[in-house]
Amino acid sequence: MATTGKQTVLQFTPSTASLTARVHPLVIFNICDCYVRRPDQADRVIGTLLGSLSPDGIVEIKNSYAVPHSESSDQVALDIDYHHNMLLSHQKVNPKEVIVGWYSTGFGVSGGSALIHDFYSREVPNPIHLTVDTGFGNGVGTIKAFVSVSLSLGDQQLAAQFQEIPLDLRLIEAERVGFDILKKTAVDKVPTDLEGMEASMEHLLALIDDVYKYVDSVVEGQVAPDNSIGRFISETIASLPKIPPSAFDKLVNDGLQDQLLLLYLSSIIRTQLSLAEKLNTVAQIL
Amino acid sequence: MANALPRSFLQVATTEEVASPLRVVQMEGLAILKIIKHCKEFSPALVTGQLLGLDVGSVLEVTNCFPFPVREDDEEIEADGANYQLEMMRCLREVNVDNNTVGWYQSTLLGSYQTVELIETFMNYQENIRRCVCIIYDPSRSNQGVLGLKALKLSDSFMDLYRNNNFTGEKLREKNLSWVDIFEEIPIKVSNSALISAFMTELEADAPVTQCDYDRLQLSTSPFLERNMEFLIECMDDLSMEQQKFQFYYRNLSRQQVQQQAWLQKRRAENMTRKAAGEEPLPEEDPTNPIFKPLPEPSRLDSFLITNQISNYCNQINGVAGQSFSRLYLLKALHEN
Repeated sequence: MATTGKQTVLQFTPSTASLTARVHPLVIFNICDCYVRRPDQADRVIGTLLGSLSPDGIVEIKNSYAVPHSESSDQVALDIDYHHNMLLSHQKVNPKEVIVGWYSTGFGVSGGSALIHDFYSREVPNPIHLTVDTGFGNGVGTIKAFVSVSLSLGDQQLAAQFQEIPLDLRLIEAERVGFDILKKTAVDKVPTDLEGMEASMEHLLALIDDVYKYVDSVVEGQVAPDNSIGRFISETIASLPKIPPSAFDKLVNDGLQDQLLLLYLSSIIRTQLSLAEKLNTVAQIL
Repeated sequence: MANALPRSFLQVATTEEVASPLRVVQMEGLAILKIIKHCKEFSPALVTGQLLGLDVGSVLEVTNCFPFPVREDDEEIEADGANYQLEMMRCLREVNVDNNTVGWYQSTLLGSYQTVELIETFMNYQENIRRCVCIIYDPSRSNQGVLGLKALKLSDSFMDLYRNNNFTGEKLREKNLSWVDIFEEIPIKVSNSALISAFMTELEADAPVTQCDYDRLQLSTSPFLERNMEFLIECMDDLSMEQQKFQFYYRNLSRQQVQQQAWLQKRRAENMTRKAAGEEPLPEEDPTNPIFKPLPEPSRLDSFLITNQISNYCNQINGVAGQSFSRLYLLKALHEN
C-alpha cells in the first residue's frame, strides 16, 4: 500500500456487521415461478425485493416481483418504468412494504450485478442482493444474500465488494402451511383439521418412542451416553407441571365437560335447524 | 389421443362445447402463500384479491393472484381501484403470468362468509367468466395448525333463482332447493412446479418438530370457541328475527283469507237476493277492494344464509371440540406415563 505523508485509512463503508436477512417463503416461490415463466431468450430473472427493516438490523424480505430486463454481453437494461409501476401498485395494497433490495437467479454474484446494484442503491440506501441458484449448479439450491460495501482509501473509492450476510431460512410461515403440501408437486387434497391432528399426534408418539429407545439403549449400555441429550430429556420431563392426580383428573374432566357441553349445544341447534326447515315447508303447504 | 384424426380449428369451433362441471380447483403453492400472506397481514380486517389462472376441462387452475387495496367508500378511489386492477394485470402479463381472471379470494373471520355481498360478487363475476370460484381463507384457523382454505361456488339452481329474484316458498319448493344447496364446496388440489418442490425439500428444516405441530398440540382453544359461540348466538338471534317476520306474514295472510271469505259470502248472499229479485248478479271479484291485494312474501334468502352460517359455526365447534378431545386424552395418557 502506498503511504503518503498524511494518514490514509483503507476502509469498508458501510460496515455490515449486524445485518441479517430473513426470507419469507413466498419470495422463493415467486422467484421460482418467475424463473419458470421467464421469456425464451433470458437466462435469468431479476426483480425487486420488498419488505421492512427492523431497528435491530434484521431485514425482512416479504414480497417480490420480477422486472423484465434484457442482457447483452456487457450491459444490462432494466425496465425501470415497469419497476416503478409495480412498486406503486404494491404500495397501494401495503404501504408498509418498501424496497429492500433486488434478487437475481443464478449462483452468486455475476458481472452485471454491480450495475444493477448501483441502480437499486439509488432507490434505497444499502440494498440487499439475493441470489437464488435455480440451476442447482452444484447439486444444491443455494440461496445467498449480499450487501455491497465500497472499499475506499481515504476519500478515493477503489472498488465495490459484495459481502455475504447471514440469511435466515427457517420459513416459519411455510411450516405453518405444512411442508407436506408445499414440497410435493401434486397433493390431492388439503388435509382437514382432524387428519392434521392425527399426523401431529403420530409424530409426537414417534418422537416419544425414539426417546424411550434411546434411553433404554443407554441404560443397557449399547450406546455411549451423551450428557447434553440427557440434560435435554431431563429438562423436558421437568417442564411437566407437578400436579396431584386428583387435581389433574379434575382439570381434564372439566375440560371434557366443557367440550361435551359445546357439542351438545351445537347438536341441539342443528336439530332445531332441520326441524325449522320441516316446519317451513309444512307452513308453505297450508 | 395420438392416433385420433387431427381436427381443424373450424371443426373444433363448430362442435358445440359441452361445459363439463367444475370438479377440482388446482392451486399453486405460490397462490396459496400469497393469499395467506395478504389475509394474515391485514387480519382481522377482511381483504380480497383476484385469482388468476387457467380453465382446463373440469379443473380450474389457480396459478397466481394479486391483492386488492383496502376498499374505501369513495367513488374516486373506486375508479382508482379499477385502474389498479388493469395495471396489475398488464404488469403481470408482461412477466408471462396467466392473466385470465378465474375468480377472487377473500379472508373471513371464523367462517362467517355467507353474506348477500358474496353472492352479489359471485353473480358479477359469473356474468363475465363462465366458470369462476371463490377461495375463502380463514386466518384464525391457521393458529391451530389448520389450513383454513376453501373453494366455493354457487350452485346452478340457486343462481337461476337469484337471477329471477324468486325466493318465495313456492318457487323454492318447486326447485327443491334448501339452504344446504346454496354453496357448493369444491375440493382443492395443490400443485407446485418441480423447481419449487426441489427448493422446499432442500430448505425443509431437519428439526423433528415443525411450527405446525406446535400449533396443533396447543391446548388452549377456549378463546376460539368462545368467539365462535358468540357469533353463533348472534346468528340465532338473527334467525329468530327472520322467523318472526315469517310468522307475521303468515298471520297476516290467514287474516286476509278470512276477510276474503267473509266478503265472498256476503257477496253471494247479496247475489242470491238479487237473483230472486230478477236483477243481474254482481261480479264475485273486486280488484279495487284492499283485501284482495296480494301480500308481499318476505324473501327467504336471508334466513337461508343465516341457517348456512349457523350450521357452519356448528361444524366448526364440532371440529374443534373433537380436536380438543383428542388433545385432552393425549395429555391424560402422557401424564399417566
